[in-house]
Amino acid sequence: MEMQFLDNLALGFSVAFRLEHILYCLMGVLLGTLIGVLPGIGSIPTIAMLLPVTFGLSPTTAMIMLAGIYYGAQYGGSTTSILVNIPGEAASVVTCLDGYQMARQGRAGPALAVSAIGSFFAGCVGTVALAMFAPPLAELALKFGPAEYFSLIVFGLVGATVLAHGSLLKAIAMVLVGLLIGMVGMDANSGVHRFTFGIMELVDGIGFIGLTMGVFGISEIIANLELKGSREVFTDKDMRLIPSREDFRRMWPPILRGTAFGTALGILPGGGGILASFGAYALEKKVSRHGHEFGTGAIEGVAAPEAANNAAAQASFIPMLTLGIPSNVVMALMIGALMIQGIAPGPQVMKEMPQLFWGLVASMWIGNLMLVILNLPLIGMWVKLLTVPYRFLYPSILVFMAIGIFGVSNSPFDVLLMAAFGIVGIVFSKLECEPAPLILGMVLGPMLEENLRRALMISRGDPSIFFTKPISAGFLVAALVLLVIVLAPAIRRKREEVFVED
Amino acid sequence: MVRVKSPKNLWAGLMFIGIGLFFMIGARNYELGSAARMGPAYFPMMVGGLLALIGAVVFFQSLVVRGENVAAFPFRLILCMTVALLLFGYLLKPLGLVAALTLLVVVSAVAGHEFKLREALVLAVALIVLSVLVFVKGLGQPFPLWPAFL
Repeated sequence: MEMQFLDNLALGFSVAFRLEHILYCLMGVLLGTLIGVLPGIGSIPTIAMLLPVTFGLSPTTAMIMLAGIYYGAQYGGSTTSILVNIPGEAASVVTCLDGYQMARQGRAGPALAVSAIGSFFAGCVGTVALAMFAPPLAELALKFGPAEYFSLIVFGLVGATVLAHGSLLKAIAMVLVGLLIGMVGMDANSGVHRFTFGIMELVDGIGFIGLTMGVFGISEIIANLELKGSREVFTDKDMRLIPSREDFRRMWPPILRGTAFGTALGILPGGGGILASFGAYALEKKVSRHGHEFGTGAIEGVAAPEAANNAAAQASFIPMLTLGIPSNVVMALMIGALMIQGIAPGPQVMKEMPQLFWGLVASMWIGNLMLVILNLPLIGMWVKLLTVPYRFLYPSILVFMAIGIFGVSNSPFDVLLMAAFGIVGIVFSKLECEPAPLILGMVLGPMLEENLRRALMISRGDPSIFFTKPISAGFLVAALVLLVIVLAPAIRRKREEVFVED
Repeated sequence: MVRVKSPKNLWAGLMFIGIGLFFMIGARNYELGSAARMGPAYFPMMVGGLLALIGAVVFFQSLVVRGENVAAFPFRLILCMTVALLLFGYLLKPLGLVAALTLLVVVSAVAGHEFKLREALVLAVALIVLSVLVFVKGLGQPFPLWPAFL
């Protein structure tokens, strides 16, 4: 076991240290940091936008770059939170609270440094967790039959709704809308064209790249244009980056707690950076001896959520790579990227393509190191970018999205789809319906239907098969427990409290 | 007359009911089958029905539980963005990348708070140069640069 672990890591590093992989990893983390820094464009539309570009790359290279964008954005988002008091990424909303206060007190440097150190430490731990937990999980998942898979997907979808913020009922409804949208196109079993209304472009289904870009990208631009606001950037010429000894002493416990919390949450379906950072902040406020200083520039209030969101970002790769189940929208896009490359995501990926899995793991560690080394010296450049007015920024984002989506099939249809889902996205946001569960439903829908169909075929239509098989029953009970926990009044209040800063 | 307590949820409920019914009605064109041998209509019927049911709960809740009003719909912004994107999509092949991008940038810039044509054109030129370098030269995307009739 020990030896195999080392062999695997050696394989991973030999893949990750190939020149082209280092270059794509660097490109990914730089791009990720860039979009993380810029408010108004997040990692979801960026990764969707770049998927067509990765068609020509090898699967390993594509995954390395896309992963770099994801965790790079977690780093970049905190810079904006600290310096401008606007979250560059949704996951860094809470970093604004104490990070910006620190900046106002002239301690922007230490705040940025703590966030970088915390993120790096958490990234390393998250990567190790991925390397340790993924193989046994994949081993277990290989034994799953259709009933187990069906229940696992149900568990994943319930998790996504429970952990989404806002009304639980509406989140469940959004998953169902996603499942329905996922049914558009040719039915794999009967060959019947479902809900295509004679439109040939819809036979392959509604393109999830266009849908994601529309719902997350276009509607976000419009939402930003609706707000008018000015930004105040803290640009301190001779910023001291090095934290004091006191800072160092105070930041370690929250970094450790944040990392543990984030890793645990990241593995759960629906988990990811956003919830991890909110939860870690709330937890730290409770347990820290400096809890009363939170909100006034406490270094713990920066360290804990920053560590947590990066740990969660790394850990969320575990269910994606081992089970083929995405825990958040970015992971759903990654699954889409694998499928476009002709790889069926699932437990067999690790066995059949060890170079992909271990290369990705090793590259994440390299990428995290690059981020720490590059980001702090480059802070000045990122700050300059923040002064670019939004009226230049959003047409540029639009141009890249339009060209990217056109490239998917070289036809205007996907552009039309993206524009249409942009409008749908605005309707959703006006009615406070979270779109993330929809995307997960859409991506998992075909798998859910297929496994339901197969399981019931085996049992000759008897639905008790899902409860008599122990693993399947376990997932369903776990899903039920999640629902009960959220609906329990005490925790419901707590959940609202956690999200109140949003 | 029942007073609506939460307009947001009222509309959300109606939307869910509508989507659910839409897919259920659409599924009637396909074979239903049975639980043991599901036809293409079975799963959409199930999910659509569940969605309509949840939509109904959200709808009736909105009559009882107090909630927020629906914020104004940004029609002008939506119109600008949609028109800009559709112009780009449908004119890229006939008119080429240069013209299509110029239209996309200028029309979308109109949506902003402080539109200046000069500025938008400068931005368009910069983005065209960048896109040609990155997408056409760098990534080899097969976009025509100039109108097909020239």
